[in-house]
Amino acid sequence: MFSILAERLRQGHRTISFPAGDSPRLPDRFRGLPVLDAAKCTGDCRRCAEACPTDAIALADNGPRLDLGRCLFCGECAQACPANAIAFSQDYRLASRTRKDLLIDGRTFRLAEALDDKARRLFGRSLQLRQVSAGGCNACEADINVLTTVVFDLGRFGIQLVASPRHADGLLITGPVTEHMRLALRKTYEATPAPKLVIAVGACAIAGGPFAGHSEQHDGADSTVPVDLYIPGCPPHPLTILDGLLRLLGRLGPEGARPAAR
Amino acid sequence: MIARHVCSSNCQPLALSAIPVLPGDDFRDELAGQLTAGCQLSALFGQPCSSQSVRLYAITSETAAAALRVFATDVSDRYPALTPHCPAAHWFEREIAEQWGLKPEGHPWFKPIRFHPSYRAGRDAWNREPGRAIQPCVTDYFRVAGEEVHEVAVGPVHAGVIEPGHFRFQCLGERVLHLEIELGYQHRGVERRLAGGPDKRTVHYLETLAGDTTIGHTTAYCQAVEALAGREASLRAQALRAVALELERLANHTGDLGALAVDVGFLPTSAFCGRLRGDFLNTTAVLCGSRFGRGLVRPGGVVFDVDPPRCDDILSRVARTYKDVAGAVELLWHSPSAMARYDGTGVVPRAVCDQLGLVGLAARACGVDRDARRDFPAGFFRFAQVPVSTWHTGDVFARAYVRWLEVQRSTRFVSEQLRALPRGEPRRDLGPLRPDALVVSLVEGWRGEICHVAVTGGDGRFTHYKVVDPSFRNWIGLAMALRNEPISDFPVCNKSFNLSYCGHDL
Repeated sequence: MFSILAERLRQGHRTISFPAGDSPRLPDRFRGLPVLDAAKCTGDCRRCAEACPTDAIALADNGPRLDLGRCLFCGECAQACPANAIAFSQDYRLASRTRKDLLIDGRTFRLAEALDDKARRLFGRSLQLRQVSAGGCNACEADINVLTTVVFDLGRFGIQLVASPRHADGLLITGPVTEHMRLALRKTYEATPAPKLVIAVGACAIAGGPFAGHSEQHDGADSTVPVDLYIPGCPPHPLTILDGLLRLLGRLGPEGARPAAR
Repeated sequence: MIARHVCSSNCQPLALSAIPVLPGDDFRDELAGQLTAGCQLSALFGQPCSSQSVRLYAITSETAAAALRVFATDVSDRYPALTPHCPAAHWFEREIAEQWGLKPEGHPWFKPIRFHPSYRAGRDAWNREPGRAIQPCVTDYFRVAGEEVHEVAVGPVHAGVIEPGHFRFQCLGERVLHLEIELGYQHRGVERRLAGGPDKRTVHYLETLAGDTTIGHTTAYCQAVEALAGREASLRAQALRAVALELERLANHTGDLGALAVDVGFLPTSAFCGRLRGDFLNTTAVLCGSRFGRGLVRPGGVVFDVDPPRCDDILSRVARTYKDVAGAVELLWHSPSAMARYDGTGVVPRAVCDQLGLVGLAARACGVDRDARRDFPAGFFRFAQVPVSTWHTGDVFARAYVRWLEVQRSTRFVSEQLRALPRGEPRRDLGPLRPDALVVSLVEGWRGEICHVAVTGGDGRFTHYKVVDPSFRNWIGLAMALRNEPISDFPVCNKSFNLSYCGHDL
């Protein structure tokens, strides 16, 4: 008993202050929101598009366009670009409400808007989520689990991961929706009482990730259930997921917590 | 007399023409003989060699000689099952049957493992109607009949944030007589798609094959490719891969020790370890930007080098985190109520472990002194060794304790290697891959032996790429551990193995 208390005192309080104040400093090599600089792009080499493992990059007349939903944040495009027209920033805020908003051209990126007032009255202070892994590789799952540790302490926002869809206000889906999980996902969705939210976490759940196009899967959650929030990444950083959830609930300002200065 | 097998070692390519193709009976006798003599079955897989037949390759590994033995046989559509003579082949034979429509006659428990159609048109081992959808886990289950016997079915969707799988318990009261584990829900068609590579997606399949083993699988892949290209990564790159592999082990073992504490309701250790696992992941992110090591290991080396300040940062993080893990885990060992739940729970007898060919920490927790880092060293483990950690009781305690022993060894390894990194460029260009060759690449991932086998065609591209995740071999171990246990001990037994669903389902 005393040794437990002594160890607790030694290890100290470890919950981050997020979203108050500056957000925690991410490692300098962290690959967040891609920055596309159309002015630098020569427009004709296509090396970024050819390097991209998930064909997330298309070259338009006015420079590269990148689909954040397909992006694995692997950095192959930035390494391939001879003109440094693509770079990955430290900005971990990536969640969007629509699939279309995830198509970026480097000029604007529309972060997820909050739910309407009625939905916020329902879910804003208490959101119970059932997680369904539908072909996830256990990285997205792991970084969702991390939110329940003392570091992020999801419970302090009134958000909890629950064991049954009957107790849930929504689903947190990972994985590309394998053929074999499709029925289970549908049933879980149907078992969740309405009104309900669906959140797709990670490149697989948004667009199939590395498995896009395989006949064994369905290229993401919105093939099977309607999605209210997309959280890109492979896997998304826990802060990206938390930012998305809080943004959806209207618990962050338009900018949210400031990314830490470099 | 023709040679009965050809010898190789880890990451040493063989010409396909050098691999003896034995008559069926000789193949079985050779395999049974080797396994009886103490070899392990590292891989057994099929690859079509003509429109009519499939070549079965067996890869066995002999620890004492650091030797990998390769031999083959051709089968057209049925053959006498190997499993009655070599129990370790049981899951492999089911996989081969499912992929290529071959029937192993006399297999004692012959069912699909991933529930996908055969890859050979018109050949189905179960004579299922072509074109008809195959429902996952809709199959026969081992059943126990009798008064008070009841069946408990769990999954695919579980109560926690974990991957899907189906567990069927046959119980007498609270006591589990038998547990049958059926998987396949995570099947994403990875192995099928690896053939024809390498291409720009290949390494990403390996990174996400089992997302918690990104470094393990990408390292196995890159070593195989480098062996086929005849060009190693620089020593510096190899050392950084080894450091990343041990950081992966540290993160997962720490998380598992916390999870094992959760399942017996001992919250201090679980709360500490939940955070500390993240601290190890964050250390990997200092190295490469990704908590899971995505984007670090590539054919020819690593994408990110470290300079002295970054080295120091990683060293101090590891030292700090280790100190806190030690404090957290000490509490667990000194908590009699937690130990009472671990001691003697979920025992896998040594003989069962040997027969079924369990690998990795689950085997070392049964007293098996086997670790690919020492026994089949490749990459930097040829120059820097990690002592092998074992315990003899085969129970939940042993699987927890071996994790803690390995946390200590890995911490020391990371600290030593980062203080003395060899010089060299982080990444080299590789030339074309050797045509018509086969290479076996073993890596001791945090769960156990990862075995990759790459087979190239005349153009140097993969005609086949076999992945054997340690989970593929250890799921049966969990089923065995549950025999005669109270069903309420399933969670803690399950966590003590913490196997990968997608690593199995591919």
